[in-house]
Amino acid sequence: MTFAVEVLAVHKVFNSGRSNQVDALTDIDLQVAPGEFVSLIGPSGCGKSTLLRLIADLLEPTAGSLLVNGKAPRQARLDQDYGMAFQQAGLFEWRSVAKNIELPLELKGWDKDKRRGRAMEMLELVKLPNRADAMPWQLSGGQQQRIAIARALAAHPPLLLMDEPFGALDEMTREHMQAELLRICAATQTTVVFVTHSIPEAVYLSDRVVVMSPGPGRITEIVQVGLGRARDEGTREAVGFYEKITEVREALRGGNLGGLTNREVAGIEDR
Amino acid sequence: MNSIARRLSGLVPPIVFGALFLGAWEGFVVWRHVKPFVLVKPSQVWSAGLDNLDRITDAMQVSGGNALIGLVAGTILGSLVALMAAGVRWIGELVNPLAVAVNAIPIVVLIALFTRLYEADSETPRRIMTTLAAFFVVFVNVSRGLRQSSPTQLELMRSFAATPVQQFLKVRVPNAMAFLFTGIRVAAPLTVITAVVAEYFGGTRNGLGASISGFLSISKKDVGLAYVAGASVLGLLFFGIAAILEYVAVPWQRRPDSR
Repeated sequence: MTFAVEVLAVHKVFNSGRSNQVDALTDIDLQVAPGEFVSLIGPSGCGKSTLLRLIADLLEPTAGSLLVNGKAPRQARLDQDYGMAFQQAGLFEWRSVAKNIELPLELKGWDKDKRRGRAMEMLELVKLPNRADAMPWQLSGGQQQRIAIARALAAHPPLLLMDEPFGALDEMTREHMQAELLRICAATQTTVVFVTHSIPEAVYLSDRVVVMSPGPGRITEIVQVGLGRARDEGTREAVGFYEKITEVREALRGGNLGGLTNREVAGIEDR
Repeated sequence: MNSIARRLSGLVPPIVFGALFLGAWEGFVVWRHVKPFVLVKPSQVWSAGLDNLDRITDAMQVSGGNALIGLVAGTILGSLVALMAAGVRWIGELVNPLAVAVNAIPIVVLIALFTRLYEADSETPRRIMTTLAAFFVVFVNVSRGLRQSSPTQLELMRSFAATPVQQFLKVRVPNAMAFLFTGIRVAAPLTVITAVVAEYFGGTRNGLGASISGFLSISKKDVGLAYVAGASVLGLLFFGIAAILEYVAVPWQRRPDSR
């Protein structure tokens, strides 16, 4: 089987050899199976966003290797094998909603009608079918994030990389978006690697939660969530859900023995 | 409509302040019996303005024309040079320090140089001045806009496997549009000031600046100040039109309180 993402003995050092050298990641090994939903969680400085950027070929590893869809990350990026969404929706203000979704297709050289057709499909998928001609600044934060997800998935990539995409949303919108994301991923069979600060978010969304800790950034534990694929609002109140939240929290504490202060633990949201 | 009402209500304090100021001025001159050749009353300026309305509006057209030509030419030049400086590395390395150095010269003094290059009745030296004034403001703003794209948008473009040319055309240039209109808004009243002040340094006597310096130096201060008021109106007009342009062209830049 080809893994969706395979990370082998990856190290990442910033400012190598200088006085401000940072060991962002050490000894990272991780395999993500196709269709899997994997979250990366840990306090600031644990390297979770760095790991996501290595997978996306926005950064290059100092040592070790990565495979995305069985290819080098650079090739996977050039083939648009993944879509990406960030905490900031990053919509292009001068483009309408539909034109934002079309952008990756435009860069791939799709013709206009085909692009527009796909954009309308994606708008249906994220349940904003009537906002094609709206401008980004006319949308709410949650709607902007839906458009960002629609754009990330427009080229039907098998993999979706997300860096705290719901971090700037209020709690109600956030829970709603989590449910929507699961629905969209189930509909499109997309593999997801998801960076988050929130333990309940990680547990609710994921098949596996990768717990990381800083100084140097490393994986301390991988928690199997095992709540099954069908998740709804009831999941959030299930006993198994709380047990898994506790397990992830304890895994995060375990990583603290590596010199983490209480203040850094406070960076993790318990909501 | 609510937002328009809110915008207009923002005009009340400055208008009240302006009226109080003019009233105090008028009262002070009357109370202290200040001689007209020292300080005239606003009411005298007002009537002098009405008496000379045709000549003032003619002068506004002359100075305003020079300002407008400079604004348009400076905007086009400033944008083009900024695009080249951002797009081609060696042009940028050549132009950027040069622009800073030239910008440090108070440009109005350059008029003394240009007036000698052209015939006495030529408007060209004034138009060169207004062009230069607009050029630097627009160049600096557009250059900044081309450099300051959001990191998220740039990472997204990389994830879409965009080429550097695509990134330039589809992110950096559109992003600079907002900065271009800000630059025009700043440059617009500046070109009016430049056009007016440039007339102080010789050339034909048909514009606002020439009349201001002329009437203020002979003891017709009321007429001179009426021309000053004309210059203010012209500057506000330029600013207002540029601000409306900006509001319409880059709606996402509107300040939250103006939505």
